Amino acid sequence: MRKLFPRLAALALALMLVLSACGQAPAATEAPAAAPAATEAAPSEPFVFGVILIGARNDKGYSQAHYEAGLYVEQKIPGAKMLYLENVFSGSPSYPGQTTSQLASQLVDQGAKLIVFNSDDMKDEALKFAKENPNIYVIGASDDWTWKDGKTYTPSPNQIDIMGRMEYGKMMAGCAAALTSKTGKIGYLGPLINDETRRLAASAYLGAKHCWTEMLGKDASELQFKVTWIGFWFNIPGVTADPTQVADDFYNSGYDVVISGIDTTENIVEAKKMHDAGKEVWALPYDFKDNCNVAPDVCLGVPYFNWGPAYLATMKTAIDGTWQEGFQWNGPDWADINNPDTSAVGFVKGDALSAENSAKIDEFIAKLAGGLDLWTGPINLQDGTNYIADGKAATDAEVWYLPQLLEGMEGQSVPSN
Amino acid sequence: MKKNIWINLGFQAGAFLLALLITTLILIFAGAPPLKAYGSILSGAFGSQKNLIAVLISWSPLLLTTAGVLITFAAGLWNIGIEGQMTLGAIFATWGLRLFQDTNVSPALIIAIGLLFGMAGGALWAALAGALKTFGGVNEIFGGLGLNFVATALTIYLVFGPWKRPGVGSMSGTKPFDEKLWLSTLPGTALSPWGIGLSILAVIVVFILLRGTYFGLKLKAVGKNMRSAFMLGVPTWQYSMFAFLLCGAFAGLAGAIQVEAVYHRLLPNISNGYGFLGLLVAMLINYQAIWVIPIAFFFAALNVGSIQLQIVHKMDSSFAGVLQDLLVLLILLGQGARERLLKKA
Repeated sequence: MRKLFPRLAALALALMLVLSACGQAPAATEAPAAAPAATEAAPSEPFVFGVILIGARNDKGYSQAHYEAGLYVEQKIPGAKMLYLENVFSGSPSYPGQTTSQLASQLVDQGAKLIVFNSDDMKDEALKFAKENPNIYVIGASDDWTWKDGKTYTPSPNQIDIMGRMEYGKMMAGCAAALTSKTGKIGYLGPLINDETRRLAASAYLGAKHCWTEMLGKDASELQFKVTWIGFWFNIPGVTADPTQVADDFYNSGYDVVISGIDTTENIVEAKKMHDAGKEVWALPYDFKDNCNVAPDVCLGVPYFNWGPAYLATMKTAIDGTWQEGFQWNGPDWADINNPDTSAVGFVKGDALSAENSAKIDEFIAKLAGGLDLWTGPINLQDGTNYIADGKAATDAEVWYLPQLLEGMEGQSVPSN
Repeated sequence: MKKNIWINLGFQAGAFLLALLITTLILIFAGAPPLKAYGSILSGAFGSQKNLIAVLISWSPLLLTTAGVLITFAAGLWNIGIEGQMTLGAIFATWGLRLFQDTNVSPALIIAIGLLFGMAGGALWAALAGALKTFGGVNEIFGGLGLNFVATALTIYLVFGPWKRPGVGSMSGTKPFDEKLWLSTLPGTALSPWGIGLSILAVIVVFILLRGTYFGLKLKAVGKNMRSAFMLGVPTWQYSMFAFLLCGAFAGLAGAIQVEAVYHRLLPNISNGYGFLGLLVAMLINYQAIWVIPIAFFFAALNVGSIQLQIVHKMDSSFAGVLQDLLVLLILLGQGARERLLKKA
């Protein structure tokens, strides 16, 4: 008996590890069906680029948006070939002891001439890799190293940092939420806290406040906007707060619209469950253009990134040798914010948006296109101090490095300095 | 006796082949041509100097955790809490570096202090599991598991709380340490000769302790039969406790090396399964210290090499874990089957 227990424990442990290892491979593997047919027609040497994804390529969110941008480049540049690695984040169990720059080297071994680091979580590693591999081009998505007006400007000749002006997408999401909410309580499912997430949550609030007061004529003090952060871009069981739980808590405490700020779709999945149980709730997912399909009958719309055009343009300069270090903060194409070839940021309206509100959103988008800048003062920070003076428009740096949430928003700010 | 060795080897080889067969089937189902896939693993691990170095980086903590659990296994203890001990090592090392980073103390000394802090942290956490077992009657498996969760919670608290980056609340980890506090590495790589050297030293210490000392003999006596050992005058609980402390110190050192040489900061899940993997390696080698070095190397090579499966064959990188765990599972099953068959014969 005494010997039996350890043996059972050993089996249980081994079994547990097998199962957990299997469990991590959600949609592991279809064979590479799309053979690189274009290669034959391609010029002398095909351009191989690597994409390092923080999440899964089919996460219906941030990483999938990047993956599809890679497919877009493959389609537009004859012979271009994408290599990728998924689930690369700090402490990822998929790569014990491997730093992101080591993983990037593995992509280079397979011929990659350019590496996309798709997340702020890889910011330091992207810069390190660029420094150690001067012959490989680097794209730092959402980074600001090469921004001359940035706080951490660091020359890195083989690096280009790219971000979309998602502030607009978030404003549209906030507007749709405010127009639809019956309780006047909007929840924001926040990821981790940093400059980017503060300014995006704040933009959603500015959009909500604008539409609440200007379009519905209600008082700003009647609008509640609460941010709950989970601690990372997506759920890591046992480490982050559980986004499913956070979304449920919102819906169960009178917040009838939840806007997602995280990489994955928990808010809309939970909204659908509540809806099916008879609750009147809505959701705005994030990042990936087709996300309303997860649950069309609760979806008010989705603000999404379209990385394809910027990647294509940048990679072309890597191929023809006109590459120039620098930072790009690309906005929507106001002529058509959903143009796949020109707009870096878009907004797809959802089925649950009423016809009346849909028209109002169009009106709001037209106003933004016409130059309406919601980042115009007076804007106060959460602690009440004035951030943007009355009548003054915030500079790009003031928006990018928003130090706190705004007055009127509930939730943790983690102020810098 | 000789016959037994051959039968033993036969079962091991059979289990290995079976594991290979099953993984080959998995590869076929996943749409990857098996031979090419195995080739990719090999080239991913050994195809370039960079890859080989990545293997060595992964090898070092695995050596330490395996060496540690060999001691606790010898004392008849299931130190599941080793993950938490490694985590505490990382936390204490970070603490040590933070204490002295803004002082005039020479960087080399601070780095050494960090490593010592790490060992102390791991040993402390192991001592807790040991105390729970010795004085509280809590089985070390449950105590250890519980302490693992506490260690994770403590890391998260520190990363999001007192040690957070200014203006950031993210599980990405603390702000990286200044380059002068990094454990020195071979030029152009992340491989620390110190890390590797200390890890190999730990294995040698364990090997000698278990093979060539009176102390090791007593430790094994405690592991085999605590009551008899006690009757024969071995101070049993002190020996158990010592095993915990030594294992914890090794695990803590592994955690400290992750902080000082690999990540240069504290982050959640910094133990990254190395502790559990160490337990598996120890079981796989049937607790024989002589095999730690090659088998841990094999596991590390699998970890690194299988990354290519994802790049080249679009498979999930956790395939390495599947292969490793299958191997251990089947070899344990093989050992069980052998014992049963031999008893009958």
